[in-house]
Amino acid sequence: MLEKRVVLANCGVIDPEDIASYIDKDGFKALKKALKLPGEQIVEEIKASGLRGRGGAGFPCGLKWDLARKAQGDEKYVICNADEGEVGTFKDRYILENDPFSLIEGIAIAGHAVGAKKAFIYLRAEYRFLLGLLEKAIDQAREKGFLKHLDIEVRLGAGAYVCGEESALMESIEGKRGEVRYRPPFPPTSGLWSKPTIINNVETLMNIPRIVLKGAEWFGGMGTEKSKGTKVFSVSGDVGKPGVYELVLGSSLKELVEKLALAKKVQAVQVGGATGRIIPANMLDTPLSFETILGAGAVTVFNKSRDMIDIVYRTLEFLAEESCGKCAPCREGTEAMAAILERFTRGEGLEKDITVLGELADTMMLASMCGLGQAAPIPVMDSLQHFRGAYDKRISL
Amino acid sequence: MSKIGKGTDPRSQAKKDLLVLLERAQSRSDYLSGETIAGLAESLGLSIGEVYGVATFYSFLSIRPQGRNVIRICKSLPCYLKDAQTIIDGVRKEIGIEPGETTADGKFSFELTNCIGACDKAPAMMVNDDVHTDLTPKKISKILEAYK
Repeated sequence: MLEKRVVLANCGVIDPEDIASYIDKDGFKALKKALKLPGEQIVEEIKASGLRGRGGAGFPCGLKWDLARKAQGDEKYVICNADEGEVGTFKDRYILENDPFSLIEGIAIAGHAVGAKKAFIYLRAEYRFLLGLLEKAIDQAREKGFLKHLDIEVRLGAGAYVCGEESALMESIEGKRGEVRYRPPFPPTSGLWSKPTIINNVETLMNIPRIVLKGAEWFGGMGTEKSKGTKVFSVSGDVGKPGVYELVLGSSLKELVEKLALAKKVQAVQVGGATGRIIPANMLDTPLSFETILGAGAVTVFNKSRDMIDIVYRTLEFLAEESCGKCAPCREGTEAMAAILERFTRGEGLEKDITVLGELADTMMLASMCGLGQAAPIPVMDSLQHFRGAYDKRISL
Repeated sequence: MSKIGKGTDPRSQAKKDLLVLLERAQSRSDYLSGETIAGLAESLGLSIGEVYGVATFYSFLSIRPQGRNVIRICKSLPCYLKDAQTIIDGVRKEIGIEPGETTADGKFSFELTNCIGACDKAPAMMVNDDVHTDLTPKKISKILEAYK
């Protein structure tokens, strides 16, 4: 069996509008267990499990929680990042649509573990249609007495890709422009309103009740040395069966796109969205893990009929549009790269452009303030490495 | 010289609800007028510039009058691969305006947007808060009819 449903275990099984159907499936058992334990013990369990953040950065979840738990102060926050804006990602939408209760349980456990009394779910504006369902689920959990220790509030984004970046997201909850912050300090010591804050992706929090209930050892038994557990992938593009697939980490990209999503005549796959890696067909057996390629699990497939330079141009055009504009390397670099790539799509590339792209990439990776600008050159550099012939053919001078 | 980041800043308290208030104002009157922005600034004790700065940062907030219904077609890669251009052309033909414009009768505004997270059912678009998926040019007039 290629798929393994751990995070998605309840999706399509329970009724997302009825908490009783969730309780029937051992729902809130993990929370009940957790509330009887000291926060420290839960944090240790999460640490031992090896769970890493599912939003793309892969930071060890237990370490983040430990820092926040040990941070000074009574006022602490838990934030669930449901600002799923990465191009080609829709797994969190699927999770929220089908199992909002596991997420609420995960947030409730997190609150107890780090000592927070207030949590926010930051939901992207494009998912406003899920707001009612999510609030209804929170209300039901509150009525059942599961949220006595923690208040959960849903905050709606207003359309900004960069707000998926944690520091921009916190600025947005604070009511400001979603511009990224200088770091350090990091959120576990100084986050929302400068208070200790843990901020986790939807999928990361979905894993929490499973780990608390079944134990770190069970969780650590899945995956590779540095990538434990499963990952939920969003597969789109040139495939027969687009959709959400959950696999044990370390599974091969080939199995995901060809066996499960039924892709044919693959030219390349973009893994991790706009700032992710471009993997050519001859490298399809690459395993999916934090050690290799992963991101937030967006997998977009391009068949042999696609023009890879056009794909990369559109990717950079997107990043230029969504750059928050605070730092020059990202703001100017993405624009400059998009302009060069646009010339290539018209067959009017210059010999020196290749050098310029490399220089821009070095500067952006080194000097950008956040992941957007640091990772924006990746698709350009990957395509130059794997599809250099396509560029050379379009150099007119 | 004042020390940055020390003590409680009353302005950060005032700002706390700014985005929520802007979102509410936007859903009440379709856009954020100069008066709305100035009024919010005054009531929160913020400068007009600060409120304007937030209002213009987010793509779902608008400082220009919008149609009663806002169409947003996804132009990101997964939709692009599924011929989103035919949907863009279809909407253009159906309501007779270009992306970035509003119909003369004020019924529709038309925008292109980035990934809306419906890539498994591409091409997709939003009309207000509703997501419409697996679009074909033929489906467009029927979908838009419901909003007229």
